[in-house]
Amino acid sequence: MLREIRPAIVLLLVLTAITGLAYPLAMTAIAGAIFPAQAKGSLIEQDGKVVGSALIGQEFKDDKYFQGRPSATLAPDPNDSTKTVSAPYNAANSGGSNLGPTSKALADRLKEDVDRLKAENPNATVPVDLVTTSASGLDPDISPEAAQFQVPRVAKARNISEDQLRQLVASNTQGRLLGLLGEPRVNVLALNLALDRATAK
Amino acid sequence: MTMIGWLQIILFCAIIVALTKPLGWYMTRVFNGERTFLSPVLRPIEAGIYWFSGVDEKREQHWLTYTVAMLLFHVGGFLIIYGVMRLQAVLPFNPAGQGAVAEDLSFNTAISFITNTNWQNYGGESTISYLVQMVGLTHQNFLSAATGIALAVALIRGFSRASARTVGNFWVDVTRTTLYVLLPICVVYTLFLISQGMPQTLGDYVEATTLEGAKQTIAVGPVASQVAIKMLGTNGGGFFNANAAHPFENPTALSNFVQMLSIFVIGAAMTNVFGRMVGNQRQGWAILAVMGVLFIAGVAITYWAEADGTSTLHALGLTGGNMEGKEVRFGIVASSLFAVITTAASCGAVNAMHDSFTALGGMIPLINMQLGEIIIGGVGAGLYGMLLFVVLAIFVAGLMVGRTPEYVGKKIEAREVKMAMLAILVLPLMYLGWTAVGVVYPAAVASMANAGPHGFTEVLYAFTSATGNNGSAFAGLTGNTFFYNLTLASAMFVGRFFMIIPAMAIAGSLAAKKSIPPSAGTFPTTGGLFVGLVVGVILIIGGLTFFPALALGPIVEHLAMNAGQVF
Repeated sequence: MLREIRPAIVLLLVLTAITGLAYPLAMTAIAGAIFPAQAKGSLIEQDGKVVGSALIGQEFKDDKYFQGRPSATLAPDPNDSTKTVSAPYNAANSGGSNLGPTSKALADRLKEDVDRLKAENPNATVPVDLVTTSASGLDPDISPEAAQFQVPRVAKARNISEDQLRQLVASNTQGRLLGLLGEPRVNVLALNLALDRATAK
Repeated sequence: MTMIGWLQIILFCAIIVALTKPLGWYMTRVFNGERTFLSPVLRPIEAGIYWFSGVDEKREQHWLTYTVAMLLFHVGGFLIIYGVMRLQAVLPFNPAGQGAVAEDLSFNTAISFITNTNWQNYGGESTISYLVQMVGLTHQNFLSAATGIALAVALIRGFSRASARTVGNFWVDVTRTTLYVLLPICVVYTLFLISQGMPQTLGDYVEATTLEGAKQTIAVGPVASQVAIKMLGTNGGGFFNANAAHPFENPTALSNFVQMLSIFVIGAAMTNVFGRMVGNQRQGWAILAVMGVLFIAGVAITYWAEADGTSTLHALGLTGGNMEGKEVRFGIVASSLFAVITTAASCGAVNAMHDSFTALGGMIPLINMQLGEIIIGGVGAGLYGMLLFVVLAIFVAGLMVGRTPEYVGKKIEAREVKMAMLAILVLPLMYLGWTAVGVVYPAAVASMANAGPHGFTEVLYAFTSATGNNGSAFAGLTGNTFFYNLTLASAMFVGRFFMIIPAMAIAGSLAAKKSIPPSAGTFPTTGGLFVGLVVGVILIIGGLTFFPALALGPIVEHLAMNAGQVF
């Protein structure tokens, strides 16, 4: 058995160097050469400043923007580092609400959000993704129904026609891959950037 | 449930079945030490590694030596992870300036990764440096996966050899698996993942100013290289806290689909390796059929339950299924399918929060793990787990006709059955025993996030996942406490090694036996009757063991939900 000691140490170190250093560092170098934008995080720049990532949702509170899904991400409480406080779309600490199907806290939150949205747009059914938190808290997308639902509010805030907005939503809707994989969706940040461009003209 | 949803599920199954044979063929060549198309490049590296490490690749090991070598390897792996976590503050590749990780959390994480569990009591982007992600976690993702495969191959050799003293060489099996199987696939796979939008950088976290003028810190890192092996090696430990639900860790519907395939592909191919090595591929297909029956049943239930939603959602007029804790780009079907795959296969990556699943939808992942993760299972681990059940099923069949049972030419006798029972009994002892402690010990009770039966399920799920070396969680439970760091580590340790050692003892005992040719009295183990028998034995043993615990958790929660009760 003693002769297994040397391989146990040396082989472990060699394989650690290969799989833990050589492999990730080589992949980083190759990625930087052939997929530089993706490798850095698909960042979106405007006037030389990073405004976000195409893949990461961000918080929109203003009526003139389409809003994403509720986010359950947290951040350390600035007053007490042992506690956490709600910090929607905190892209340095992803996570979901983890509230279960019989949770009273979830039932109360859902009711409050549904009531608020019904008051905002009484003519449409509330889409489920607009009141449920995502798994990551950073979901960049909403369903096309959730985008259409917000059209009257955004149209009023921006003083533009609902038809123009509905077209904008439609042109920012991505379908299923090959008509099969995934779900139809609208990237909220991309939609809002397009909205800003359309109204700036 | 929709037609398009079912089409995605069928497409997934079809691709896995199509890949089983070619990959099984290739891996068999690798394990037998034969030439492959990669040999011109890799053989010199392989030979150099043996020379440098003092490994004589021609010398085979007795099952005990093989097991000791495996254990020594894990001790070293443990020390590396524990060391880099404790020292990360003074080591390079730490742009976010993460401080040293606490002793109990480092201990838990080190055990978690050497046992191929990858339970995350740490939050990736908020706790650990890039160096730990690479040298600690990525490296152990490779090696714990390679170890699992090596052990399964040793057990297969037990079945396929006759009157032999040895079961292979652990160092050679691990090296060849890493170099010829895991690394080449990961290189291609990583580039695909990056093309889909997964970051691969050593740069700082990005400071963005949002359209509304707020500051957003975006965590990035060498994500893709780790995610590739995390999936392929059924490890499951995420780069980010939200794991494969994080848009950077799973950017598109296509990346999600390929990730699901990569969880199953090696485990499925191992059944074909088994068939080839025992000389009859139909033996492998029979085992894959057992796995397939249990898998499809699980997918159907979870998909139905999630698409149906909860009574809370219904009461508010919300349709479209239970979207709490799910991502829009995956929707109900890809989230349900992923949850069943990841728990069937001992992976434990999640693309949706299992804690927020419906009671029945979340029960299937729990059952998958409690059955011992034998539906495809962890790479290697799934096959040796399934073979333990096959041994029991064959034993039961032998009792029915009063004949010494045999399987692929080997007599199954008292020693094999005892060892199989030991492995199968030790798992419920761990997860039921610790759950009993966890629901009464005050410091543990405080960790529950949900009240009522769901809180019980959180605890049961945690210990089941740890014992099964899965690593997925009902993540509301606060696991990073002294109690959970230590108890979960013990569950992971026992769940891994008390499965491995009996399995290796069976390998040694079988290898030493003579091979007997099939006769008219041999029970055929390639047909529907055999498949039905094994499925029956799995469900009966499983059902007797954990049904009472399920009744206290998800089943009572489902009934409460239908009665409109909230907690």
